Amino acid sequence: MLSFIIRRIGTILLTMLCLTLVVFFLVNLEPNLKKLAISQTEMHTSAEQLESWLVNHGYRQNFFVRYGQWLGIMPKQPITDPATGTTTQRFSFCNDPVVPTFSGVIEGDFGCSTKFKTTVAAKLFPALGATGILMLCVLGVMVPVSLLIGILAGMREGSRTDRVLSVASIASTATPEYVSGVIFTVIFASWLGWLNGSAASASQGITFYNFTLPVITLAIYGIGYIARMTRASMVEVMTQQYIRTARLKGLSFRSVVVKHALRNALIAPFTVIMLQFPWLLTGVVIVEVMFRYQGFGYTLVEAAGNNDIDLLLGCSLVSVFIVLITQLISDVGYAFLNPRIRVQ
Amino acid sequence: MQPQYIGASTIVLEVLWRFWPVWVALFIVMGASFLYKKKLALYGQLFDSGVGMTGVFICLFWLFTAIFASTISPFDPLGQIPIMKDTLPGAIEPQSGLVYLFGGDKLARDVFSRMVYGSQIVLIIAPAATGFALMVGITLGLPAGYYGGKIDSILSFLANLVLAFPVILLFYLLVTPGIMDTPIPYGLAGVFFLFPIIFFCVLFWTRYKNRPDRIYILLGLTLVIGGWIYLGLVFDRDPLHIVHIDPNQLNIFVAVVFASSPGVFRIVRGLTMDIKTRDYVAAAQTRGESPWYIMLWEILPNARGPLIVDACLRIGYTTILLGTLGYFGLGLAPESPDWGTAIKDASRLLRSFIHPALPPTIALMSFVLGLNLLADSLREQSMKD
Repeated sequence: MLSFIIRRIGTILLTMLCLTLVVFFLVNLEPNLKKLAISQTEMHTSAEQLESWLVNHGYRQNFFVRYGQWLGIMPKQPITDPATGTTTQRFSFCNDPVVPTFSGVIEGDFGCSTKFKTTVAAKLFPALGATGILMLCVLGVMVPVSLLIGILAGMREGSRTDRVLSVASIASTATPEYVSGVIFTVIFASWLGWLNGSAASASQGITFYNFTLPVITLAIYGIGYIARMTRASMVEVMTQQYIRTARLKGLSFRSVVVKHALRNALIAPFTVIMLQFPWLLTGVVIVEVMFRYQGFGYTLVEAAGNNDIDLLLGCSLVSVFIVLITQLISDVGYAFLNPRIRVQ
Repeated sequence: MQPQYIGASTIVLEVLWRFWPVWVALFIVMGASFLYKKKLALYGQLFDSGVGMTGVFICLFWLFTAIFASTISPFDPLGQIPIMKDTLPGAIEPQSGLVYLFGGDKLARDVFSRMVYGSQIVLIIAPAATGFALMVGITLGLPAGYYGGKIDSILSFLANLVLAFPVILLFYLLVTPGIMDTPIPYGLAGVFFLFPIIFFCVLFWTRYKNRPDRIYILLGLTLVIGGWIYLGLVFDRDPLHIVHIDPNQLNIFVAVVFASSPGVFRIVRGLTMDIKTRDYVAAAQTRGESPWYIMLWEILPNARGPLIVDACLRIGYTTILLGTLGYFGLGLAPESPDWGTAIKDASRLLRSFIHPALPPTIALMSFVLGLNLLADSLREQSMKD
């Protein structure tokens, strides 16, 4: 078991290395660097000035040298004035070093955000905290509701409840966040006026009024999927021999479901819920942009839109880490929940 | 001058009347399918359940809407008539006397016509991209599952690499205006569009290699048609100027295929690993058939059930992806009538006007719902056998 986890963590690190290399390559394409230089310099700068800005700030060094600097296995260079030989900080708003230093991801320095004029860590971690709160609320709504729907539908396969709930969950999987977000805003914010169509004020304080719409919008897409998986697993469990035995023993349907079926039926949905995180990540981006909530997704879009290299790399590192670690947890947790499965 | 309005019930009747070519086509196709459902195998069985029929109905509805878009829509989807800016549903355009059935948007375009034309973009790109993703996934998934070992490890690692990317980040990196100045989209397109040609060549070669009368015709046809489309799509050098794709559409297409082929790969790989232990595969191996013959003519036909279901779900998912791209304003032109872009434009103005937002959202939702119902019913039917 331990060697399995160690091997998986090795794979995760390798994957992260490959992915950041790909992202690094894509953000450093010539058109993207031009875009960055234009947004960072004053209006109407000539091509030579743009070029000298790029050279000065180290964007013209060898690709692998720069990746190494970001990673922390190559020293970061300050700006050197060719005439006097004095060195200045690359980005003054980030307290960049004036002497060449090893300062990359491995050393815990995520770099410098050119868009927000601060360090990546100062921007990214508060945003992650905000998204974490949103995610917790979403999971708090999504998991109980979807499990309940799935169990009720799967308890008696083919019944009227089953059909209605199944169609409802198919409908919810057919509704992406940007569709349900618009529909909910129209109903609850424009027509009924019960809720706020923007969560911008949620950064100051979360209230039912400004936070409900983002949460239900994000939850609704996942609910259908998890409910369908729970239903399938419940249906399978209900046909097992031990359920029939329990029924023949004279136990009530209720206690058979609660005591015998439920525990076995909930193993599969656990994996599904864990694997739902990558989808939630995309959903978070859409919902945060739609409801103007200053979280991780909002930061990612800003970083990508302005080609903020270090911030975008930080975002991809975080999201890839979340995806892979949830996969690992789901595999390990599955083995714990279901003793018949042994990981090799 | 304020435009005149027609009443709510008249709007409903007018909308229903506007779709008349769709109703006629639906009536013919659904009626014929229902009458001959016994002879139509899996497709015919769909008509045994209400869910299946609803799914077929919705999908065909949007298919015919896309085909007859120019007849159905009263206005040009990009045309602006200044007096109709932000008008409510049912406003009469004074010049032609035609009605803006679902009102006008902030740029004074007809919301109804835009919704109808939006279906064309979705129904061309989504199934085609899914088709290419299937080809890539099948061509790589079969050997990975059949041979196992090193090939499997490398391909699975690459597939997991792509799957670990959050889709939205992938799109922000791959679908930017800047990237079209680089050879990356064309390179990716060149690789992806090669797969169908390889697939069909191998398919025919393994089956007919000992029958020279057939093999040369089939291979020749594949290479000529495939090469022609390949030239048109990747290099935009179609000698007859029929096959053509805009650079930004090519970019979207490539990104969508890139994002969804690892999913197909995983499914095909799993199915292959399962099916290769069956007796008929062992029999074929004993007969001395080549590995690719076994993969393409023994394993693949037996994996078709789950693959068809997955393809249905995947077209729906691709539609959602296209909507996401439109919602973030990536790739498609800002005035493009596709549903995602329309939702983005309308959702910014929800506080003042809600009517431009509803038609594209409901259209997108209903189409994906139709595909999901279809997939669900197909799955149920194949479980019965």
